[in-house]
Amino acid sequence: MPAEAPIKTGPRTALSLVPTAEKPQSAKDFKSDQEVRWCPGCGDYAVLAAVQGFMPELGLAKENIVFVSGIGCSSRFPYYMNTYGMHSIHGRAPAIATGLAAARRDLSVWVVTGDGDALSIGGNHLIHALRRNVNLKILLFNNRIYGLTKGQYSPTSEPGKITKSTPMGSLDTPFNPLSLALGAEASFVARTIDSDRKHLTGVLRAAAAHHGSALVEIYQNCNIFNDGAFEAVKDKQRAQEAVIRLEHGEPIRFGAPADDGLGGKGVVRDPASGDLVVVDVAEHGTEGLVVHDAHAASPTTAFALSRLADPVTLHRTPIGVFRSVRRPAYEDLLADQLEQAVEQRGKGDLATLLAGNDTWTVAG
Amino acid sequence: MTTEVDQAHLGSKDVRRLDRVIIRFAGDSGDGMQLTGDRFTSETASLGNDLSTLPNFPAEIRAPAGTLPGVSSFQVHFADHDILTPGDAPDVLVAMNPAALKANLADVPRGAEIIVNTDEFTTRALAKVGYDGNPLENGSLDAYSVHRVPLTTLTVEALKGFDLTRKEAGRSKNMFALGLLSWMYHRPTANTERFLRSKFAKRPELAEANITAFRAGWNFGETTEDFAVSYEVAPAASAFPAGTYRNISGNLALAYGLIAASQCADLPLFLGSYPITPASDVLHELSRHKNFGVRTFQAEDEIAGIGAALGAAFGGALGVTTTSGPGVALKSETIGLAVSLELPLLIVDIQRGGPSTGLPTKTEQADLLQAMYGRNGEAPVPIVAPATPAECFTAAIDAARIALAYRTPVFLLSDGYLANGSEPWRVPETGELPDLRVRFATGPNHTLPDGTEVFWPYKRDEATLARPWAVPGTPGLEHRIGGIEKQDGTGNISYDPANHDHMVRTRQAKIDGIDVPDLVVDDPEGPPGEGAKLLVLGWGSTYGPITAAVRRIRRAGGSVAQTHLRSLNPFPKNLGEVLRAYDRVVVPEMNLGQLATLLRAKYLVDIRSLTQVTGLPFKAEQLASAFEEALDDAR
Repeated sequence: MPAEAPIKTGPRTALSLVPTAEKPQSAKDFKSDQEVRWCPGCGDYAVLAAVQGFMPELGLAKENIVFVSGIGCSSRFPYYMNTYGMHSIHGRAPAIATGLAAARRDLSVWVVTGDGDALSIGGNHLIHALRRNVNLKILLFNNRIYGLTKGQYSPTSEPGKITKSTPMGSLDTPFNPLSLALGAEASFVARTIDSDRKHLTGVLRAAAAHHGSALVEIYQNCNIFNDGAFEAVKDKQRAQEAVIRLEHGEPIRFGAPADDGLGGKGVVRDPASGDLVVVDVAEHGTEGLVVHDAHAASPTTAFALSRLADPVTLHRTPIGVFRSVRRPAYEDLLADQLEQAVEQRGKGDLATLLAGNDTWTVAG
Repeated sequence: MTTEVDQAHLGSKDVRRLDRVIIRFAGDSGDGMQLTGDRFTSETASLGNDLSTLPNFPAEIRAPAGTLPGVSSFQVHFADHDILTPGDAPDVLVAMNPAALKANLADVPRGAEIIVNTDEFTTRALAKVGYDGNPLENGSLDAYSVHRVPLTTLTVEALKGFDLTRKEAGRSKNMFALGLLSWMYHRPTANTERFLRSKFAKRPELAEANITAFRAGWNFGETTEDFAVSYEVAPAASAFPAGTYRNISGNLALAYGLIAASQCADLPLFLGSYPITPASDVLHELSRHKNFGVRTFQAEDEIAGIGAALGAAFGGALGVTTTSGPGVALKSETIGLAVSLELPLLIVDIQRGGPSTGLPTKTEQADLLQAMYGRNGEAPVPIVAPATPAECFTAAIDAARIALAYRTPVFLLSDGYLANGSEPWRVPETGELPDLRVRFATGPNHTLPDGTEVFWPYKRDEATLARPWAVPGTPGLEHRIGGIEKQDGTGNISYDPANHDHMVRTRQAKIDGIDVPDLVVDDPEGPPGEGAKLLVLGWGSTYGPITAAVRRIRRAGGSVAQTHLRSLNPFPKNLGEVLRAYDRVVVPEMNLGQLATLLRAKYLVDIRSLTQVTGLPFKAEQLASAFEEALDDAR
């Protein structure tokens, strides 16, 4: 569906059809009575706390919120949210959530998935949910390992990864989840980090406000099977040089500050290849630095940003909202067709339908 | 069959009255034989004959022209009385080319009429299908009554006033043939002309060309000496109870049944589906009825199709997925999830020849054990199987009733023969349809020892063992469900051994306890044990040929009882008793004996299994002789 496809009933916002809560909520309202059973120290705890802490901000009736997950450590998430929830089967959460969202536009539907669940066994459902732009908020917990099955390499593990199933090192090239999402026509793509509560909450807020599919990749530490996988972007010292914080409308700069107090490194477009490259601002100057435009109609720059990080060292990893554009949501277009059908032909009448145009009568 | 010779019809030609006729239209995949057959059927239905049809076409959309694999055919059987099958052998074969003649001749009994398009019997076309000489000239068809008609030439000649190339004009030869057959069998023509005008609404010149060809075919029959006789088949009024009738195919009836079920349940219909032969027509049909609030979702694959339907069911919709055997294989894991979640869901399997891709356009009943057992763990799923094309309507409603009342996925097992075959259907009054409305949970259903009122998603209804259906949006009933084993009552994750044992047995007990009607045996000679010694038991689309065969035996003085299963899981409560009341039980199936295996295992009775896996339905004659044999053995 092209971006300019008409939305007949006017612009919608992500949550305009979802009833609001009658009274103010707190994080406690979103905690279920179930004991949380992730390994002590797991990054999932931080994400759960951030989501429970952020939900009251939305002010939605919590009975109209649904968390759907697949299989994997992160997919236990719905059990801990005091909302409606479904812990489904491996990889299929986006498909199940698509049906739910398409049938019920008054719900705020969230998908919780992992790198194995979303990118390996469920890869097909993920890309199709994104291209359809179903109004789902997809939280992809990426720990670059299979945790629940006790430590095999995943489709985001770095090449050569030594695991139980790859004692001589893994052979396959990993997926870049954001490049994949952008290639799948995603209208909202972001990345954040489990341990950065403030940034994580900011990205969740932006995702919740987006009408359509939102893919949020969350770098999440598995302290049992892949501990320290994201240390480069978490360690305060190293993060300054490793992390690029994207802010819409701001020049893309990072690293130890230059004279103007902003990051000493900047991102420019290489005129020869069109690729993005990192330059020293002191040498290059501020002229020509790429200004981040999350709303750009073309995904080209967002894609280039998704390729900026070194996949092994995670050096120069952009975080934040890469892309956020308006495009009609699948379920709105579907609802419009249902309305149109009634307008054009009237509400369906069963007796007329069953009789058809060609009947004959047998007298008694 | 000929009973009378004195009716006047269009001039001086003879008119004979027949009680039934079987016509087979056969040609190239591109010759429009399915359309021709459909139109003839429609004319026949509007005349009030009873009828039954058998389309038979290759899986390839356009196999190489003029070859045997490219032959497409449509058989229609119509009568002035109640009939059950599309007929064993055609009385009339229309062969549009040598391939069509060669592929179908073996089915045509001696003495039958064959109408051939002589224009296509060129040396090259004959050689292409391995004819040494021209069968129209070498006497090999002497045993038949052959009408040699240059259909293409006559059509082109009739259309010379139109601005069409010879090739374009020639394409209307199927309508010429339809016109000719319509004259021969006194079919009404107004509907076909109306149909052509609407089909070619955007190209009125093509509509007129086709109508001209159609009329030319009719006039050709009336004027040429070659066709000296025309035939009447009177309406089958006495075969039908009073009412309004229409012709309907199985897939159409099934789609209407789903819409009716959604209306009866007052729930929106949500179809998640992936295109697959021979089930796609249900997706197409439902997609046309969005003004009934029907949401159709063409998914990225079979798994997403059922996943979306299950998600919609969680949200309170009547969730449906439609597919065929290969699709069921892909959906198995999600069906297991639906068993565990205990949510209503319909899985429509239009069976086709297998294994693997098998025979996509042919019929088979070999998915029974897949539907019954094809999942990991103990995952019982009810199975409903319609017996005739029209019965697909009530079967869909019944499957929905079970799914909604018992909160369970339900299999609806149709097949390619039912899907594409058609027959007259008495259109039901909407007031006759059952009330399928459900009560969603609205508040707490359990009191804790301390007096707190809570909602337990797995606290069951005592009568049905169904769990409450609490849909998102209901305040206070927030709960989580999933595929991991749940504690009885609370629905919380539980790995407790005794709880798992209890839950497995409870899920089974729920399905075993589903209310299905007792099996009724048809035996004119008395109730089970007091009449016939031989029982013939079938399921699904074998109903037509089995019943026709049973009638033959009874007409010849033989004694045979017949019964047909509509519910294959659970079986009717009296099934064991019925089976044990007969000396011999014969079970015909289009598989290698899947129902027979289930019956032997469950009831420890001896079953004679009659099987066929040709991709085609049984013929009544063949079943009748098998039943005769069983009767002889029983004596």
